[in-house]
Amino acid sequence: MKLIPCPLNGLRPADEFIYAGEVRHMPDPAQSTDADWARYVFHRSGVPGVKQEWWCHTPSGYWFIAERDTTTDEILRSYPAAQRKVEAS
Amino acid sequence: MAWRLLKIGLSSRYPEPRMFRQPARLPKGADVVIIGAGGHGLACAYNLAKQHGIRRIAVLEKGYIGSGNTGRNTTIIRSNYLTPEGVRFYDRSVQLWRNLGPTLGLNLFYSTRGHYTLAHTDATLRTLRWRAEVNKHLGVDSRVVNPDEIARALPMMDMSAGGHAPIIGALYHAPGAVARHDAVAWGYARAADQLGVEIHQQTEVLGIDTRGGRISGLRTSGGNIATNCVVSAVAGYTPRVLRMAGLTSPIYVHPLQAMVSEPLKRWLDPIIVSGSLHVYVSQTARGELVMGASLDPRELHSTRSSREFMTDLAQHMLDLFPFLAGVKVNRQWAGLADMTPDFAPIMGRTPVDGFFLDAGWGTWGFKATPVAGETMAATVASNRNHELIQGFDWGRFERFELTGEKGAASVGH
Repeated sequence: MKLIPCPLNGLRPADEFIYAGEVRHMPDPAQSTDADWARYVFHRSGVPGVKQEWWCHTPSGYWFIAERDTTTDEILRSYPAAQRKVEAS
Repeated sequence: MAWRLLKIGLSSRYPEPRMFRQPARLPKGADVVIIGAGGHGLACAYNLAKQHGIRRIAVLEKGYIGSGNTGRNTTIIRSNYLTPEGVRFYDRSVQLWRNLGPTLGLNLFYSTRGHYTLAHTDATLRTLRWRAEVNKHLGVDSRVVNPDEIARALPMMDMSAGGHAPIIGALYHAPGAVARHDAVAWGYARAADQLGVEIHQQTEVLGIDTRGGRISGLRTSGGNIATNCVVSAVAGYTPRVLRMAGLTSPIYVHPLQAMVSEPLKRWLDPIIVSGSLHVYVSQTARGELVMGASLDPRELHSTRSSREFMTDLAQHMLDLFPFLAGVKVNRQWAGLADMTPDFAPIMGRTPVDGFFLDAGWGTWGFKATPVAGETMAATVASNRNHELIQGFDWGRFERFELTGEKGAASVGH
């Protein structure tokens, strides 16, 4: 089985993890228009690439960030959630 | 037969004509260019030529025709959806499917089998009742059946599903059918070609040009084409095509895997689906079991197969049909599914004038092939979204008016 590097627990089997999608920047709801908010809620960057993603190691309940190439499924690195970098789009 | 085979064997000339022409070079311009020569793109081209008299049509295909999800799906055709928009749309598709072989002059091996969606929990049974009532209201033949009736129809199935997920009912949909998927692409290709449509294989679209918010042309690996009208009918690549047109969308891509067993003597007539066990299965005319499951759990732009998929699906198959324990898996494969937040497609006009989308076909695209072709062609010809696709329009997300199609395959209920 595929192994995933968890910053807390080291390499663990993939079925101990859940994937929770790309890290995204939330616009300020008070400042954004309905159209901008709809784009935040629904639109995704569907093109392939190296993406910052939310992952959780479920036995330990630990959430972290992994950078994964969505063309090869290779996880390039993973780190604690506090170190994530999200740019406003 | 034997004599004809011998004659063909001794002849140096291939005896049958090609199904369609292979033009040497791209046209300089076209009235409509369709990206993607799968069932949807070819059906759209055929309908544009046949129903709307448009002749200068080019269909561009990066690989070969039907090499995408048209040739990778599990060929199930049904209309027992949940939303009125979905039921009406797929019911029209089933009507078109029934006559499609004669229409295209090709045997599509269309075979009406009946379709059981199994319920193992009260929550699923509730959704199935809901679907049955919506279906009946719209004149589609679906009803909830009890375990006795299921056991009589499917005596080979373990009604306790291995003891851990007893079957408490099912949605039975008599029109459920299967068809030969490659033949659908080839039939549409030939019929479109005979009406003057040009099909260009091995031609990859590299860029979409716009001028003042309107489509002005396409750049491809085979040269440029000037056109004011482009239809994107690709699967798995929609976000990349949209990026060329300067658009983003809610579509995200996950692989959907499937596998097929060695051929067996015919024992399974209907199509069986269990959302809870993540199984759908039918038996082909050749006797193979075609099996599918749920989407891969994360975004991935690769048609690789995984061992986890095969073992999980085999385990769930054995819950329902323990006697298959000695049967071998012949092969497995994957397709790239364009998923949407509401499990309904995104069809019709887009914010770019002259750029039309036939996308977001996730796990439900093959069965829609004829109706997608018909409605997209009407939409392109009139520059107005066809009545049957208005619930699938591009703008519904911005209006927060989703279509909520939980009747889609591989969606947990």
